[in-house]
Amino acid sequence: MTQVRQPPTTGIAMPSVHEIFLGFFSIGINGFGGVMPFARLMLVEQRRWLSADEFLDALSMCQFVPGPNVVNLAVAVGARFQGPLGSLAGVAGIMAAPMVIVIGAYTLLMQVSEAPVVIGALRGMSAVAAGLVVALGVKLALPVLRKKDWISLGFTLASVGAVGGLRLPLLPALAVLIPAAIAAHWWAMKGRAR
Amino acid sequence: MSKLLDLALLFAKIGMVAVGGVIALIPEIQREVVSVHGWMDAHTFATLFTLAQAAPGPNLLLVTLIGWYHAGLAGALVATGALVLPPAILTYFLSNAWRRLRGAPWLAPVQTGMNAVTVGLIAAAGILLVRASAVSWVALALAIGTTIVLLRTKIHPLWLLAGGAALGALGLV
Repeated sequence: MTQVRQPPTTGIAMPSVHEIFLGFFSIGINGFGGVMPFARLMLVEQRRWLSADEFLDALSMCQFVPGPNVVNLAVAVGARFQGPLGSLAGVAGIMAAPMVIVIGAYTLLMQVSEAPVVIGALRGMSAVAAGLVVALGVKLALPVLRKKDWISLGFTLASVGAVGGLRLPLLPALAVLIPAAIAAHWWAMKGRAR
Repeated sequence: MSKLLDLALLFAKIGMVAVGGVIALIPEIQREVVSVHGWMDAHTFATLFTLAQAAPGPNLLLVTLIGWYHAGLAGALVATGALVLPPAILTYFLSNAWRRLRGAPWLAPVQTGMNAVTVGLIAAAGILLVRASAVSWVALALAIGTTIVLLRTKIHPLWLLAGGAALGALGLV
């Protein structure tokens, strides 16, 4: 299976491997607290490599495939314009600077990790970071609640209980929960169509 | 060498069950590196996650830091590569086929079903991180306060992290 390379539909010239690297480099370095908004800004509004619809389409595919979403997006966008080399350039671009920065920050921090000020600051930041994740969970759960999608809500609670409460390994938990959730929605959608 | 092999096998396995991004994987990564392998305690895990959140870039920097913590530079590269590579290959080949798949009648129940489970995983991640970082009543209040502020305003998370760091540096948390 080979990739069919397609130029941008927005009338922009085909991005080169070099440009793909630089484009994703700018996403990586700007993406504080979640890179997806910056990915959209760069791909759709600044460089216009994708139309808004193409971006949503690529995003839904990257969420469907396992793995880190934004890296998968770099793979898909790079592949579309420049094949395997494009994918490689996208992934290298988005990862290079953040990896250097986070390892540098960690190393610096370890030099002063005994200082009470640093211990305190990390405590405070950790509490906030935990709150960020709780807020994300609530934000994602709200539309499910608003739609009164009780089937989804049941599976959400089952997954919290299995993985967060009982601390079951993820693979067997998902092997049960995902097929069951899909089957339940399949039946429900079939019932509504009738 | 065996440290690198452990990292490679663990994160290759985790990457392939990664539905819904890296945040949804936190319960599993924490279970493996803290409870199963004992590479670090839950508090260190929460600290590495915090650094990954405070740095620019994708959330999977958590995995880079775990690799670095366990086996230095080689560990960071191996852990990150192991998590990224298998799904990347899958994405590469699927990105052609997606045009044909996206209208398929089975896709809607599959996406809705996967989403329901993913939301639960992210909620579980939140609960585990709060448990690991709520070292005092003030820390717990800070976590809950952050949640409320984020749900009610559009403030950038970086400001909240900076605020948390400032409160902590003053010895209040």
